[in-house]
Amino acid sequence: MKKEHSKAKKYGMVIDLDKCTGCGACMVACMAENNVPFKKDESNKLDSITWLRVFKLTNGKSFPDADTCYLPRPCMHCEGEHGHAPCVSVCPATATDYSHETGIVSQIYTRCFGCRYCMAACPYHARYFNWWDPVWPEGMEKLLNPNVSVRMRGVVEKCSFCFHRYQAAKEKAYYEGRQELEEDEYQTACTQACPAGAITFGDLNNPKHAVYELKKDKNAFRLLERLGTNPKVYYISTRKWVRQAGDNYLEGYETEGKVKKHR
Amino acid sequence: MDSALIPKGVRRCSIGQFALFVGVVGVVLLWGVFAMLLCWIKGLNQTNMNDYYGFALWIWADLAVIALGGGAFFTGFLRYIIGKDELKNIINYAVLIGFICYSSALLILAIDIGQPLRGWFIFWHANVHSMLTEVAFCLSCYFGVLTIEYLPLILENRQLDKVPFFHNLSHNLHEVMAVFAATGAFLSFFHQGSLGGVAGVLFGRPFAYREGIFIWPWTFFLFTWSAAACGPCFTIMITRLTEKITRKTLVKQNVVELLAKISGWMLLTYTIAKIIDTWYWAAVSAPAGGFWLMDFYSNNPLYGPWILITEVLICGALPACILITKSGRKNPFTLMIAAVLAVIGVSLNRWVMVLQVMAVPVMSFDKWVMYSPSWQEVATTILPVAYGVILIAISHRYLPIFPQERELNPIEN
Repeated sequence: MKKEHSKAKKYGMVIDLDKCTGCGACMVACMAENNVPFKKDESNKLDSITWLRVFKLTNGKSFPDADTCYLPRPCMHCEGEHGHAPCVSVCPATATDYSHETGIVSQIYTRCFGCRYCMAACPYHARYFNWWDPVWPEGMEKLLNPNVSVRMRGVVEKCSFCFHRYQAAKEKAYYEGRQELEEDEYQTACTQACPAGAITFGDLNNPKHAVYELKKDKNAFRLLERLGTNPKVYYISTRKWVRQAGDNYLEGYETEGKVKKHR
Repeated sequence: MDSALIPKGVRRCSIGQFALFVGVVGVVLLWGVFAMLLCWIKGLNQTNMNDYYGFALWIWADLAVIALGGGAFFTGFLRYIIGKDELKNIINYAVLIGFICYSSALLILAIDIGQPLRGWFIFWHANVHSMLTEVAFCLSCYFGVLTIEYLPLILENRQLDKVPFFHNLSHNLHEVMAVFAATGAFLSFFHQGSLGGVAGVLFGRPFAYREGIFIWPWTFFLFTWSAAACGPCFTIMITRLTEKITRKTLVKQNVVELLAKISGWMLLTYTIAKIIDTWYWAAVSAPAGGFWLMDFYSNNPLYGPWILITEVLICGALPACILITKSGRKNPFTLMIAAVLAVIGVSLNRWVMVLQVMAVPVMSFDKWVMYSPSWQEVATTILPVAYGVILIAISHRYLPIFPQERELNPIEN
């Protein structure tokens, strides 16, 4: 067998906000796939765990100009500068790491000791703390995904871009003597669950993957680009107010922050 | 009953009175211990923290006590390194207060983390890029230094001092104390600074983020500076409070005035630096992140411009002006007012750099979130205060903390 090193990947997402209906199927799929714990009473969203959260945005205008947009927000898997994502650089115990092989920001639950510094560092609120031990309704423990470890009380968790699926796909490819994965071999649960096809996932560096071209769309943007977080989740919307909601703009102020460094 | 343990030539209250005082404070301590056990056994769901407020009251308390405990390192630096000999009359108390503050900080951290049994991971799996790693290492090392500095004081207890080994150990530790003072000053510079860096490096949070030199944001230097300025004010405040409670003068006025004068100049220069930092942040850093200054101080029920005015002017410039003037220092009332204002100012600064950082929304479609602590958080924050009061009471009763006490309060037979 000819051995060759696989090229560095940069897995990312492009979400077409004009297609998103806010149905929440992506959230449900994410929770089921990743054994995300839930409370009996989920009315307090400030301590609910939602690796993927759908925000509702409005343009603030009244009828007939009122407009709404639903914005799914997974972990942005920020690259920062050279992998120094906001959360990765602050974690004191190296419990979260940036993979230069995949571009995925990992969370090592068994190493996290729950200082929550990463949560303070993340401007997207994509990180969640396990305030309680997970309690599954009777019988549900048999339906948990065996490929994803459940998390205990006192540690932080977040979207992993369904990393266990990447591992499974890599194992299969290795078994078949391949180094590279096809685009459809590794897809996240939310991508597959979206009935509107609003989420596209793949290697942002790979011209064969759909995300490669989609991210160059003239209506593509990322959240809080000017802060220099360098996220790997792109959004597309033809609506200007939606694109503007992606960042904070000051009237008459020309600076672009750190954004130029990463484009 | 315990007269054999009390230093010679000083007067103390009766053992009954002392036991009653310690007992009452002990009840508060037990309340805090109960809350602490609840947090350890049931988890951090006992708090009102949430996913927006990963850092809250405890981290504020942690940063505040460390800043206030800064009197220990800075007084030690002035006494042993700069050679301000008069400060030998207050250094013991500064060390004791520092010891209480730092042990409290470590205790609070032990309650604050979600997995207390994994606390050692911060040393074992250390991430050298994290400011918190630097905090953990320097804080632990400096607590060791403070313990070594406090130890000779304990050994000077009348009964312990009779043991030749303890007597010699205490004597020899005093001889080499300059080395520990220098080590303490070095470690403190870094951990006070890295606590400032904890907020300053958060480039995803424009309210906290600051530029700086190399890896250190400006908040790194501002935190060290403010701790050196306000820590001695806390030492002065607690000394005066102790004098009120014990109804005795324990430290001569000239000693307090010297410390107040140095503290005043430190506070003045810090306030100027803080104003420059605030101006640069408001004019350059925050707009680069897409925020005007007032975005951080509007559209919410609590955080308004009053915070800036209170912190920088009322609790910064004002006490600094009092402390650098001779008449301000000489007047016990204005001296106390200045010390209290400085203490409030540095505590407010730490509150802002922890709580307001969490409160300010960053995404344009996000919202301000307010927070109020649960009783368990309040009780565990009061716990170190009760512990500190008890340790001061015991230390004052049985150890020669104040070298000038005998001279200032002669016992007439």
